[in-house]
Amino acid sequence: MFDWFAKIGRSSIDFFARFGREMILFIQTVIGFASLIPRPGLIIAQMYSVGVRSMLIILVSGFFVGMVLGLQGYNTLVDFGAEESLGVVVALSLVRELGPVVTALLYAGRAGSALMAEIGLMKATEQLSGLEMMAVNPVNRILAPRLLAGIISMPLLVAMFSAVGVFGGYLVGVDMLGVDSGAYWSQMQAKVDYNDDIVNGVIKSFAFGIVTTWIAVYEGYSCIPTSEGVSRATTRTVVYSALTVLGLDFLLTALMLD
Amino acid sequence: MSTTRAIEISVGIFVAAGIAALLILAVNVSNVSTFHSGSQYTVKANFDNISGLKERSAVTIAGVTVGRVKLIEVDPVTFEAVVHMNIEGKYNEIPVDSSAGIYTAGLLGEKYVGIEPGGAPDFLKENSEIRLTQSSIVLEKLISQFLFNQSNSDDKKEK
Amino acid sequence: MPDNEDNLVKIRGLHFARGSSKIFTGVDIDIPGGKITAIMGPSGTGKTTLLKLIGGQIKPQQGTIHFHGENIPSMRTRKLYEVRKKMGMLFQSGALLTDMSVYDNIAFPLREHTQLPEVMIRDLVIMKLQAVGLRGARHLMPSELSGGMARRAALARAIALDPEMILYDEPFTGQDPISMGVLVQLIRSMNKALGLTSVIVSHDIEETMAIADKVYIISQGKVVGHGSPDEIDKSDSPWINQFVHGEADGPVPFHYQAVPYKEDLLAQ
Repeated sequence: MFDWFAKIGRSSIDFFARFGREMILFIQTVIGFASLIPRPGLIIAQMYSVGVRSMLIILVSGFFVGMVLGLQGYNTLVDFGAEESLGVVVALSLVRELGPVVTALLYAGRAGSALMAEIGLMKATEQLSGLEMMAVNPVNRILAPRLLAGIISMPLLVAMFSAVGVFGGYLVGVDMLGVDSGAYWSQMQAKVDYNDDIVNGVIKSFAFGIVTTWIAVYEGYSCIPTSEGVSRATTRTVVYSALTVLGLDFLLTALMLD
Repeated sequence: MSTTRAIEISVGIFVAAGIAALLILAVNVSNVSTFHSGSQYTVKANFDNISGLKERSAVTIAGVTVGRVKLIEVDPVTFEAVVHMNIEGKYNEIPVDSSAGIYTAGLLGEKYVGIEPGGAPDFLKENSEIRLTQSSIVLEKLISQFLFNQSNSDDKKEK
Repeated sequence: MPDNEDNLVKIRGLHFARGSSKIFTGVDIDIPGGKITAIMGPSGTGKTTLLKLIGGQIKPQQGTIHFHGENIPSMRTRKLYEVRKKMGMLFQSGALLTDMSVYDNIAFPLREHTQLPEVMIRDLVIMKLQAVGLRGARHLMPSELSGGMARRAALARAIALDPEMILYDEPFTGQDPISMGVLVQLIRSMNKALGLTSVIVSHDIEETMAIADKVYIISQGKVVGHGSPDEIDKSDSPWINQFVHGEADGPVPFHYQAVPYKEDLLAQ
């Protein structure tokens, strides 16, 4: 009976201890941003690996998602004779939800897992230890530039995804299905609000940039430095990122619609 | 060194493309352009019923959007709806005796405020009030009226 | 133990446990400046852990580790990073940064900690590479190096900032006889030429005893013997004898703890 309570107690203490350590590391990493000010080169190098290298998959996916929205939206709207509103449907779906969420999920798979594996292998091959012994703080040198690069890159990737998606929807809706080009844009501009939709989308993408990059960086930094540990942590990175993004999306949407 | 340069250039392109995409979203996709057309002034109008009108709904004259609904509240004394509207500064010659009505764009479309210009020599200014208003047509009321009339006429026929 | 002023590192009453397994239970070690000190013991006695404790990467539960008279475990992070600039560590794997060339790896600590212009860094890096005989391999990536070369490159990196002390973690493990000879030669010449204090953690008796000035043997969380290589070799402790001469059975039994053999066979 008491064993049972002890078990609950122990696992909750473990949970909070882990959470606390993670938060302390997060704060240390954010403080480490200051050490990057004189060395923008470190951030640029990381933006290349998380941002530039994710660009192609984001652009292609955004284009296809936009085209699918064009097709599906048209088929639904045409029944109500409201196909003029296609632009609104495509733009709002992309800017509010699909842009930030799909980009974050693709980013977690493309950049997050790579980040995690890189840091995990650096740990497994004693490179992190080596940095410490060279009096180089791995939190400042390894974690901080990666996290910052992810936070900067994500909103840019999301914007590209949404923008390309709007053109994908245009291509299908206007060029293939014959929606009026003027209506597509003017309805969109009338209904998409800068503050409520665009800015909120950007806020979401910042939040997703923080959580997905942080999960990858943390899982790498704290993984068990064996090949099995690294492979498990890679899986965890993608699964946790996806769940966190979807959960956080619901929370943020609920807050923003309020 | 050349690889560093290539990385710098590609990151530069990446950032530029991202910012360009943000600008496209802001200018081409959203209504941000209507915010930057300079000054605007606020007028208000009371309606018995605004059903379905929302903040940011369009305010039009002859079908042209001249402003947006800023705020909707209930007058605590008369229990009428008070609609505050932002009108773009360049439309500063709307006569004070203009009337405002709430209409629907298409059968299922959005509600909007339509202003019918009057003929007075004075113009609406900041905080002016449009006195002549026509409330939104509530579909349920129309239908119930129609049914009521119908049954009345049926009754008459039977007599 | 006599308190000697020449000792660069003084460890007193060191206790360290990882979870429930006790790794050190009261270890005292003196590391004299400018000499080569070897710390030996069977695998799993926490030799690498000892180096990490000296480097301040982990903290002991009890005891002090004085470096230049200052206690490492009680240092603040900033101070610790200052002190680490005076230490170099050669990891078993080399721990070279895999995303940069040999040249950039050795330039790395210089670029991180000094404001030297690139031309001077180049000269320094080439000098260090010359010392370990890898001047021609400077453009290779770490993945293109053999194990022995990687360790030499790592050694060049460890001495890049001209530290006072180098910690060698199992420098000879898994090396062929030639690169083993090269490493022995290098460690000795580094020690002589640069006046470096060296700490070697190893279980390669022959090579280590050949270059060490002082030897510590640890087992089961305690120092079981120390002295010059000659003294260790002639020690009458059966345990040290077994370890140094590599006998299969002795105080450290060949068999892992088990029920008696006969009983086990007759069970069923």
